[in-house]
Amino acid sequence: MNASQPSRSDAVEVRDLVVRYGAATALDSVSLRVAPGEMVALVGPNGAGKSTLVNTLTGILTPASGSVVVRARIAQVPEGRQMFGDLTVDDNLRLGAWQLRGRGKSRRKQRDTSWVYELLPDLVRVRDRKAGGLSGGQQQMVAVGRALMSRPEVLVIDELSLGLAPLIVADLAEHLTELNREQGTAVVLIEQNARLALDLCSRAYVLEAGRIAAEGDSADLAASPDIARAYLGEAQGLPSPPDAQGAPGPDAPGPDDRATADPVPTPGTVKTGRGNQDTAVQAARATTREAK
Amino acid sequence: MSDFLVYLITGLGTGCGIALIGSGLVLVHRVTRVVNFAQGTFAVVGGLTAISLLDTGLPHGLAEVLGVAVAAVVGLLFGMIAIGRRGTSPQAALMVTLGLGILAYAVEVMLWGDQGRSSEGLSGAVTVFGARIQTHYLLIIGVTMAVFAAMAALFGRTDAGKALSACSSNPYAARVVGISVTRMGLIAFAVGGALGGLAGVLLAPMNSVAFDSDVALIINGFAAAVVGSMHHIGRTLAGALFLGVAEAMVAGYGSATYQTVVALGLVLALMIGQAARTHSVVAEAG
Repeated sequence: MNASQPSRSDAVEVRDLVVRYGAATALDSVSLRVAPGEMVALVGPNGAGKSTLVNTLTGILTPASGSVVVRARIAQVPEGRQMFGDLTVDDNLRLGAWQLRGRGKSRRKQRDTSWVYELLPDLVRVRDRKAGGLSGGQQQMVAVGRALMSRPEVLVIDELSLGLAPLIVADLAEHLTELNREQGTAVVLIEQNARLALDLCSRAYVLEAGRIAAEGDSADLAASPDIARAYLGEAQGLPSPPDAQGAPGPDAPGPDDRATADPVPTPGTVKTGRGNQDTAVQAARATTREAK
Repeated sequence: MSDFLVYLITGLGTGCGIALIGSGLVLVHRVTRVVNFAQGTFAVVGGLTAISLLDTGLPHGLAEVLGVAVAAVVGLLFGMIAIGRRGTSPQAALMVTLGLGILAYAVEVMLWGDQGRSSEGLSGAVTVFGARIQTHYLLIIGVTMAVFAAMAALFGRTDAGKALSACSSNPYAARVVGISVTRMGLIAFAVGGALGGLAGVLLAPMNSVAFDSDVALIINGFAAAVVGSMHHIGRTLAGALFLGVAEAMVAGYGSATYQTVVALGLVLALMIGQAARTHSVVAEAG
């Protein structure tokens, strides 16, 4: 495992980061790295400091000590989607490019939203609607599109699945892997739904009470009994029959490529329990609350 | 008929002054969510500065422009005090602007005394349908229309305008996409100061300007801005013009004593009617 060996080519490098809110320590000597083009998950319970870490990466919060080096353009999909509710979808997207300071022709190109609609075609229908009136899934797409408008090399997503229906989460996840594959955009995915995050990303960090409790390849983490017990549910770890993994049910758009990448833990670590054929979709269903 | 025309144009002129105050309120609120009760102060400062400069022999035009510039600087200063500290709530900032407005009384009395002053406006008059109308009113109306057209274009068409609106729509998201919310708020305060100063400079030849002239201005301007829900430029203008004309008509055909009361009563009735209509639509939809 080379997760803890930083290199100068890393897009994001965090060392011994400490962040405080007044007297409370939100992050306590956290170290983390993201290589270019990599998908990294950051999982952990509520209040572990995940959003604090994100806001420090993007410069909204300032660290008390430690270092944050960002060697790439970074954009954030904030928790709760954070629409400009009384502006249109297209205006929301254009404001994503606010920091790009082109002049004349290059400026017009920077503010051109058409490529985002190609990537997220569901947004075409609603481009002139007020963002505040959209469904949760549509808003999450706008939030992703808005972040993409700044042409990031690293996309930080704070809670992709929160409050969204499982099918919509699966669809969004599909778009993310596509984006990562085709444009080489690195993704840092912050998730309470650990199963979803470990399925999507190749490497993961587990944050607990402001400290990194575990890190490594997603497959190894998913196979670890401690992690499985704490984050993937008691029953997790039972080797699923292969057909159950590939067949999530008639209502789910086939997330086959992810499902086959599902880590199948060794039988030795298995806890007893009800049979569990989690796919990303079903995991999402179990832990998300429906919105709107 | 000619009386009516005179009252109408005078009313529109006054209404334009109210509209400029109201537009400043809307602009600042749209960016910072702060109701800036010092908006009338900017008009007083702008007006009195221009009058003093004219007294020293500065030509028309230059004196007025400098008056507006000074009001803009005061606006920026007030903005720095009211919202410069990160994390100040809009409600707290509102109280700060109220306090600054009262503090400004003292400074204004020290600089200009407590008597009202007036300046000479654009001289001359034109005769339309037998009514003599002072050219200055036409100037006020023209300038105000230009300002509102510019504001509508700013918010409706430009990215800078969208970014300004984004600051109040969702301040956190604005920071996420890299918009400096505080800087945008300060710009809004400075432009709000200029708009207030413009109102003061334009109204100075019609009414004398004293340190406490801001009260009448802010009451009317606030009423107009509320008609526009503190957000809509066009509706604020409509509300202000309605107020101005209503006041002129009441003063012309009735008594000037009641002009403000009657006009504000009409706006109140209008707003209650508006709210009732919205409510019934909501009830039907539900």
